[in-house]
Amino acid sequence: MDRTALVASTLCFLAGFALSVQALRARAQGPSASTLWVTLGGFVLQTLWLYQRGQLLGRCPLTSLFDVLVFLGWSVALLYLGTGATYRLSLLGVFTSPLVFLLQSIALALPMPSVAKSVLPVNPWLELHAAVSVVAYGAFALAGIAGATLLVQERQLKTRKLHSFFYRFPPIHDLAAANRRLVYIGFALLTLGLVAGIFQGIAHVSFLRFVSLGVWVLYLFLSIALGWKRISPNRAAWLASGAFLVLLTTVWAVQLVGKS
Amino acid sequence: MELVCLGLSHRSAPVELRERFAIPETQQGALSIELATIPGLRESVVISTCNRVEFYAVAQPGLGFEALHAALAQRGMEASGDAFFRRSCDDVVRHLFRVVCGLDSMVLGETEILGQVKKAYSAAQEARATSKHLNKLFQRAFNVAKEVRTRTNITRGSVSVGSAAVELAERIFGKLSGCNVMILGAGEMGELTAGALQARGVRSIFVANRSHDRAVTLAQTMGGKAVRFEQWHEEFSEVDILIGSTAAPHFVLTRPQLEPLMARRRQRPLFCIDLAVPRDIDPEVNDLDGVYLYDIDSLQAIADQSMEERRGELVVCEALIQKHVQDFRAWLDSEAVRTEQALHSFERRAGDSPVHGV
Repeated sequence: MDRTALVASTLCFLAGFALSVQALRARAQGPSASTLWVTLGGFVLQTLWLYQRGQLLGRCPLTSLFDVLVFLGWSVALLYLGTGATYRLSLLGVFTSPLVFLLQSIALALPMPSVAKSVLPVNPWLELHAAVSVVAYGAFALAGIAGATLLVQERQLKTRKLHSFFYRFPPIHDLAAANRRLVYIGFALLTLGLVAGIFQGIAHVSFLRFVSLGVWVLYLFLSIALGWKRISPNRAAWLASGAFLVLLTTVWAVQLVGKS
Repeated sequence: MELVCLGLSHRSAPVELRERFAIPETQQGALSIELATIPGLRESVVISTCNRVEFYAVAQPGLGFEALHAALAQRGMEASGDAFFRRSCDDVVRHLFRVVCGLDSMVLGETEILGQVKKAYSAAQEARATSKHLNKLFQRAFNVAKEVRTRTNITRGSVSVGSAAVELAERIFGKLSGCNVMILGAGEMGELTAGALQARGVRSIFVANRSHDRAVTLAQTMGGKAVRFEQWHEEFSEVDILIGSTAAPHFVLTRPQLEPLMARRRQRPLFCIDLAVPRDIDPEVNDLDGVYLYDIDSLQAIADQSMEERRGELVVCEALIQKHVQDFRAWLDSEAVRTEQALHSFERRAGDSPVHGV
């Protein structure tokens, strides 16, 4: 399958990263309009490639690690574009663009699995389960980024060593709010994905059941703790960042088990 | 046609002299037109702020300063001596550009001066004291100020303890409209900082002082609420920003005192600003989760750092200004050529006319 759209999309995110760093160095309040256009361009190209891939596969393009990484990048871009203005997190593009660039670069470095149109009937519950779960992972990725940014900001405040970029990132209160909202959004989507998984019978596969439930319970506790305001924003940030690392490990583990 | 500027500023004259020459805002337009109509001068703008009094004029070559001095002397303003500076031609352009960019201000990079110059120019324009040259000069100056602000960091950062505290509060809470402030002690610095926070729209201010009467007075001044000093911790769960400004010889707030109070705050952050010397707040509270403590030295260090960064931008600003001075010089030269050509053409036409031949 032709990779042109995917390569062009990856380059768009690289450009977005470069423009965001430039904005940061110039101490701009947020990314320039060109940064947003480049990110939007990258997202459109991602969507185009995923659509073509889906048409060839005859199902949601989530059949390999290659597809999962691209779909995860698409979810992160979608959430960034959707939440950026609302939560005043425009400068998170500084981290979003390199994250998507990294995800897609890893994908491009992998051999792309050959396209074999599925002969099995498409199970809508399975499609829903996979797609919604990956979008949830995207939300958790952004929550992790917001958390990491909050930790960096907090460390500067505590140590009273304020670098110039301290003034360019969102305030701690906004980062904590974004972290919380993204965890809630991700948790709601993950729950939906899990329910869809139960309907299509994935719950019978013991390892996947264990992983899915483990991740769900992890974010359930995090959501409850955030809702009850029992943990401080910086602990929530640590947990959101750590939980995302656990998620990445599970994606890899699921792929390994799938192959074996 | 010659551009001239006569004036004094905080760099050249003490406040006693500046206040003698200060011209009220309401009279600046009238004085501008008065100057513009005296022989030798064509256009004029008068700028008068607490840090400078400057007279800009377009004059016939060689007559500008003489005419300005005479006109001011008639008003009892003897503009002579070392305190007064004189600028002409490109130096006037450069000086005005530097002034509007805040490069000549007492606080480097301050932006208030731009508004003051805009008002002065507007008053002169309304009084019809300006024409082509000064209109072009001042409008260009405003564009230069905008460009310098956008392209450099000359206005960035907080250069006073109060503004540094306000900026830090905004980096923690975002908008301050939902924040409550408590002042412990009624010291002047605390009052000033609370005033700066109030200007940014904080929701409410509590004042606690050992002398309750003083707390009541200050609370009334600020539109806040006075709290008895012994009972300040009762209101504490609502407070987001705490300002220590007492004259107490020991810590008023310690970690063991704050820990149980923080537990009641449902993880809301607390910004402590300790402006007192000796300090009011035990430095150990900074180790608590969600507590950010800044004393007067750490705030001053931020202000100093910002000022240093502004100084570092001076070279870039001067280069930008120099480019615009050259552009303006090119415009002045082209105008001079155009005027001369128009004059020759007029003379030729006048020479060819039948009336001339009679």
